Amino acid sequence: MSKYSVIGQRVRRVDGPDKVTGSAKYTFDMVLPNMLYGKILRSPYPHAKILNIDTSKAEKLIGVKAVVTGKDTLGRKQGIWRRFPELCDEEILCREKVRYIGDPVAAVAAIDEDTAEEALDLIEVEYEPLPAVFDPLEAIKEDAPQIHDGVELNMNVTRHIEWGDVDEAFKKCDYVREDKFKCSSQAHVCMETHDAVASFDHGGKLTVWTSTQSSYYIQRLLADILDLREGDIRVIKPPTGGGFGSKFELDSAQFCAVVLSMKLRQPVKIVLSREEEFTATKRRTPMYYYLRLGAKKDGTLLAKEVRVITEGGAYTAMGATALYLTGFFSSFPYKYPNYRYDGYRVYTNTAPSSAMRGFGAPQSTFTGESQLDMLAHDLGIDPIEIRRKNGMTPDYEVPGQAFIQSCGLHECLDSIDEYIKKRGELPPNHGIGVAAYGFMSGGIFNWFDTPYAFSAALVRVNIDGKVDLFTGACDIGQGSDTTLSMICAEELGVRLEDIRIHASDTDICPADLGAWGSRETLMNGNAVKMAAADAKSQILEYAAAKMGANIVYDLDIKDQWVHLVDRPERGVSYFDMVKEAIRGRDGEVIIGRGHYTPHRKGMISPAYSFGVQAVEVEVDPETGKYGLTNVTTAHESGTVINPVGIEGQLEGAIMMAGGYGFCEDQPMDGGNILNPSIADYKLIRSLDMPETEILEIDTYEPEGPFGAKEAGEGLTNPTAGAIGNAVYDAVGVRVTDLPITPEKVFRALRDKEKQSKQS
Amino acid sequence: MRKELRLVVNGQPYELYVKPKTLLVEVLRDHLGLTGTKRGCNSASCGACTVMLNGMAVKSCSILALQADGGEVLTVEGLASGGELHPLQEAFLDHGALQCGFCTAGMLMSAKAMLDENPEPTKKQIKEGIHGNICRCTGYNSIIRAVTAVVNGEYKEKK
Repeated sequence: MSKYSVIGQRVRRVDGPDKVTGSAKYTFDMVLPNMLYGKILRSPYPHAKILNIDTSKAEKLIGVKAVVTGKDTLGRKQGIWRRFPELCDEEILCREKVRYIGDPVAAVAAIDEDTAEEALDLIEVEYEPLPAVFDPLEAIKEDAPQIHDGVELNMNVTRHIEWGDVDEAFKKCDYVREDKFKCSSQAHVCMETHDAVASFDHGGKLTVWTSTQSSYYIQRLLADILDLREGDIRVIKPPTGGGFGSKFELDSAQFCAVVLSMKLRQPVKIVLSREEEFTATKRRTPMYYYLRLGAKKDGTLLAKEVRVITEGGAYTAMGATALYLTGFFSSFPYKYPNYRYDGYRVYTNTAPSSAMRGFGAPQSTFTGESQLDMLAHDLGIDPIEIRRKNGMTPDYEVPGQAFIQSCGLHECLDSIDEYIKKRGELPPNHGIGVAAYGFMSGGIFNWFDTPYAFSAALVRVNIDGKVDLFTGACDIGQGSDTTLSMICAEELGVRLEDIRIHASDTDICPADLGAWGSRETLMNGNAVKMAAADAKSQILEYAAAKMGANIVYDLDIKDQWVHLVDRPERGVSYFDMVKEAIRGRDGEVIIGRGHYTPHRKGMISPAYSFGVQAVEVEVDPETGKYGLTNVTTAHESGTVINPVGIEGQLEGAIMMAGGYGFCEDQPMDGGNILNPSIADYKLIRSLDMPETEILEIDTYEPEGPFGAKEAGEGLTNPTAGAIGNAVYDAVGVRVTDLPITPEKVFRALRDKEKQSKQS
Repeated sequence: MRKELRLVVNGQPYELYVKPKTLLVEVLRDHLGLTGTKRGCNSASCGACTVMLNGMAVKSCSILALQADGGEVLTVEGLASGGELHPLQEAFLDHGALQCGFCTAGMLMSAKAMLDENPEPTKKQIKEGIHGNICRCTGYNSIIRAVTAVVNGEYKEKK
């Protein structure tokens, strides 16, 4: 028998048939009897006091059922960093002050969206505009306006990471570089905008259907802000049209729908418009980066110093985590003996910045991999060689921070090296740039302060052998329903079609922290594997008795066949054995339980994946116009559970990270985002998409289910840096602020020409 | 105020009364309950609302329902027939050409309209055919592979 029957197979997504036929019902598609439609009124000012809100005219409009403001709430501030009350700084419905253009001030429920929209125009809000500040470098000045009471210099969060003796080490370096970089904002652009249907009934129970990355977080955060019992709130995640980091905090659609529904005891649906999605939801954190890097002549890296100031926007959101992770991943994927990071997250009067796929690591990888190439160039060392010399290896400890078990970085470097050599001489104006990266498989941090295991699962084996898998994991498109079903089927020894997954409904599924930080495959996968193993052991107890095998034999189930491990031909059908086992226990169905919380794995993550990406560009040296022609990625993510899923993650990441490096940006004027539509927000479409090639490197992660680890977000880390290095390789100019637009390349080419004329 | 609208949707004739400003996508989703067609931007920029009208791919968020009066509309719900999936649907499933699925209906309809017009498109023509449809998950290449597989005859329409 082959090692695995289900894992590693090319399977169809378990939610695929519903999605290709249009049968999948998203929150966006839901209609409940007696349901009303809500709209949200938002601040037109970046910073202002609310003097008065008059809702009387809006309330009189025919068809309007309720208008709510912050006065209709308990006035509690909330935030996802629940352990730190000072970081729970967002009211959602502002009572006294607005802090960015888009901050919600009122919400309306009406018989239809048009009426609700009309009512928004009738709400009269009296504001007293306050001086506003938009750039973090301005916001930390003494005379800058204070955005949150008592927060001096608008300093929201600071983080420090250090090991070794950095100052001493720099003295020993043969060569030191100092560079500054600027990382831009990026919008998630989920195809389904944030939306929610809330229904508060006369029995005092609240049900919320919403497009979310964590139904458990939303349940808990609503309980906090509404002062309801967690168990009286049911959050259900229907199929979800993308998340990418934007959907695991409590958002205005969810909260306003709930407040309106609690007032009316009628279901209320709110769908954010595309413009609201761009201007009034969270976004990738813009960062100012200062890097100092020191090396020996031979390219051995001795010390790195990192200082980062981030544009926090109006609220903390998940920005505190992004601030930490950008600092941690600035050391990746290299063995720095001496390292120091200081990060400062600064409040500004702009839309809050928060989590987005890669979570601070795309910024650190762009800056770090750009600078490493610059240093290698100065020292006359090959870019692959310098990465080999300093790259992480298996069983490496990041001093005082993290333990890395499996690591295939060097195999990835070899593989990309071979690819580049095979590619041979490039056509004129083409260039290849590489970037190496690593990423975590879920975070160990518990700022949310959950008392639950990080992941949990239940497996129920029914009389006909069909298996129900219950998990709080959230499939937002990344495919966790399929991957977890595969893990369950493999462990239990059945086929994928024997599994039916029931996920992310807080009433019937055990809590899980949700889909962020690339955690579901490893963390929930471990819980599912444990639950399936528990169920299997209950079946095997009966099998051992029934089959009368010598107790020295091990029993197992594989391909629906209960058998002796050493003599697989001696066995019984799984279906027959399940029937007998259930009959033998007085008809009680078999229930397996599993949970997972990482222990003794350092401070960051239980496992890390690695990779190296080579981007080829073609640049027009006259105009700076360029395109991505090929992206080849050597990566390792432990055992590949779902190969079709990994391909999708990789190619999708290139679209998103390529956009980050190449064209996506959110320019602002006075706190106004200037391109809040899909027509104006440039992202990669089919014709711009490069050829993509995957070089899969085998590794096995001891901490992961069947040896698997992260494969979702890490792939967004390398592309921007590799693009920058490729442009340099093609035409010899370096762009240090994202995105690397043709215009910036053109300007850099012009500057270079001027300089060469002068000298 | 309301005007009469006659439409054949997925082979089924309908007679409706709609406001002049009602969009085709609103008729499909809100009046007929065919929610497989999505709305992603309401400005004809993302392609999630793509359906076929009289054999052509159109963005149903930018067409008044009354402009389609007397027309024949095909939505994603009408792609499968007789209990069998359309070859494009089969190919999308096999090639992982969908993830969150929110763009999928529009993507399938754009691909079908393209193949109806040109059953043997080049790779570049396939890319052009779906250029109006944004997919934020897949990076398009799996979609292009799926359409290519259909073009290559790997999926036959079942009669």
